Amino acid sequence: MTTLTSSASPTDFADNDVPLNLLTKPNGPDRIFNGILAGSSGLVLALLAATVVFLCYYGFDAFRHAGFGLFTDLTWSPDTGQFGMLPLLVGSVMIAIIGVAIATPVSLSTALMINEYAPSRLRPLLTAVIDMLATVPSIVYGFWGLILISPAQAAPARWLAQHLGFVPLLRTPSPGFYIKSIFACGLICAVTIIPIITSISREVMAQAPRDVCEAALGLGGTRWGMVTDVILPFSRNGILGAILLGIGRGLGETMIVVLVLSQANHLTPDILGPNGLGSIAKEITDNFVVSSVITKSGLILLGLILFMTTLAVNVVARLIVQRTGQVSR
Amino acid sequence: MTQVLNRAQPADQGGSSEGDRPKTYRSIPISTLVEMAGSAAAALAMAWIVFSVSGISGALGFAFCAACAFFTVYGLLCWRLYGILAMKDRLATVAIWAGSLVAFIPLVGVIGYVIYRGGAVIFARFPHFIFADFSGYTANAPVTAVGAGAAIVGTVEQVGLATLFTVPLGVLTATFLVNNRNAFATVVSNVVDAMTGSPAIIAGLFIYLIWVAPQHQAGKSGFSAALALSVMMLPIVTRTSQEVISIVPGSLREAALALGAPQWRAVLRVILPTARVGLVTAVILGVARIAGETAPVLFVAGGNPKYNWNPFSGQQDDLPLRVYQMIFQPGIASTRDAWGVSFVLVLVVLTLFLLARLIGSKTPGPGRLQLPWHMFRRTTGEMDE
Repeated sequence: MTTLTSSASPTDFADNDVPLNLLTKPNGPDRIFNGILAGSSGLVLALLAATVVFLCYYGFDAFRHAGFGLFTDLTWSPDTGQFGMLPLLVGSVMIAIIGVAIATPVSLSTALMINEYAPSRLRPLLTAVIDMLATVPSIVYGFWGLILISPAQAAPARWLAQHLGFVPLLRTPSPGFYIKSIFACGLICAVTIIPIITSISREVMAQAPRDVCEAALGLGGTRWGMVTDVILPFSRNGILGAILLGIGRGLGETMIVVLVLSQANHLTPDILGPNGLGSIAKEITDNFVVSSVITKSGLILLGLILFMTTLAVNVVARLIVQRTGQVSR
Repeated sequence: MTQVLNRAQPADQGGSSEGDRPKTYRSIPISTLVEMAGSAAAALAMAWIVFSVSGISGALGFAFCAACAFFTVYGLLCWRLYGILAMKDRLATVAIWAGSLVAFIPLVGVIGYVIYRGGAVIFARFPHFIFADFSGYTANAPVTAVGAGAAIVGTVEQVGLATLFTVPLGVLTATFLVNNRNAFATVVSNVVDAMTGSPAIIAGLFIYLIWVAPQHQAGKSGFSAALALSVMMLPIVTRTSQEVISIVPGSLREAALALGAPQWRAVLRVILPTARVGLVTAVILGVARIAGETAPVLFVAGGNPKYNWNPFSGQQDDLPLRVYQMIFQPGIASTRDAWGVSFVLVLVVLTLFLLARLIGSKTPGPGRLQLPWHMFRRTTGEMDE
């Protein structure tokens, strides 16, 4: 391949500026140089492959012991031969979904505010502030959540449990306590998800054709009408992808969950109290150092499951976002 | 990532964004203000009456009920006065501003709280906390007994090593991805994307299995932590570098090749220097993201209350790890010291972030060949050209 073309990345704005293809074959030094470039890319692939291989290799021991118990057992306790990963996986997914459910409306309104409502002079500043939100380390968010937010959300959670307790999600597995719950974790994880959904959906929304927007306004539509009839339909796929990426971020969130969630792994549909669902990331972090050989292997297996789940979600999300980017041109 | 892109992109290529936006009517008429103020007063009064009659209390509940009441009252008012379309528009505007306000609360909240709790520790005896280590820690230790010095050394060395490993690799990979559009490049590009969002704990687990476990206890060192951080940093640096390099004008590459330069010279002497400022920004942002990561270093750095200057032997501390360990120590002193270390950590990370923004905003486009350290070499008069 001697072609010199610009990348296929959807975020590449230089499409009108693609250099022409080279028809000559590269000579010696060029071939070496291209080899080095390809080699470094291969190393990135190798890194991913090595991660999967090593996790598989060390987790296989537990997989052999567990068999179908991985999906049928209801508790996670490898030392006694119970390998039920469902309470942990469901907990991880639940935290991500709660986080995204809270973050999505906030992020979309922030993205719309930055793009359409705020004065355009403020736009770089507001974008920077949202990016700053992503820069604060998650352990600081976790610590802040543990000390401040987890107790603060207890009162509304108690109100919900007392008045709407007949809904399965809104009970508590250990009555009287409303802190260190899956919900509290999701609430704090939402803070780390907001910047992701905001920045991606903002970029997608900014690609909505301006002439159609102006036409909507020119026909006498309100600004909200322009948003619902032009911008949102146009950027629907991109927003969906952004939400999926947010779920991926929530799934991979470690320190917040480790600090805030109580130590438990019971498969219950209740999310408001401690002593409910667990989380894969927390289980690994808490027990990996001190555990027995078979538990270590089990935790590595859990890590592999989490890794593959997150990878799948992220790949699907990126594909959706990319497709939107190509449609928009 | 996005900020790099926005910074480095030339003004005339901003997609469909900046230049051709419709002129919208921004100023708020006085009648709108009166209507909103009236609705707010009515809503507060309603909520207050309901709460005092029924005997409920609670600030959060009151705020929530008042907000709902405001929404209803203002909606009804706009509907009667201006019709259903205007009502939708006004309510959506209120909701969007309120929603985006919610997004900024955590940032202000967390930074304010860290300053409030950590500032007291740092400034108790000012430079001491920056230089002392944690070897003097006991459950009842006074605030002046300990310090984050050892952790700062560890963070600087580990992140420095990780940067050293990842930057050449990431930039080369990014160049490859921009130059090629074959199936292999597509796969690599997607893998990099997917790895950007992979769980942080996996990087630590991976390095533990591949590097630390075979050497048992001796494997835990600053170098191992740097490896784990590299696994996290590589996709970030690659992705951002790819975006920066891909907006270098194609005509520059064509010109270099037309003048007879081989491809490697075109890349090393023309394309990368052109994208230099963007690349520096990308690297600093990657460093800022990595410096706060706890999960990768958890199993592999070991932690060490004393100074350890050598990252290649012996366990080493770093800032996030020290915060983590202090949170799980019993006692009030440990929580207090954890806030102190958090303050240092947030300060480091946000300083790096602001530095990246500053360097990124120095150049209007990728066409300017400007090293970031020019500002130290040139005289002040030439600087603000």
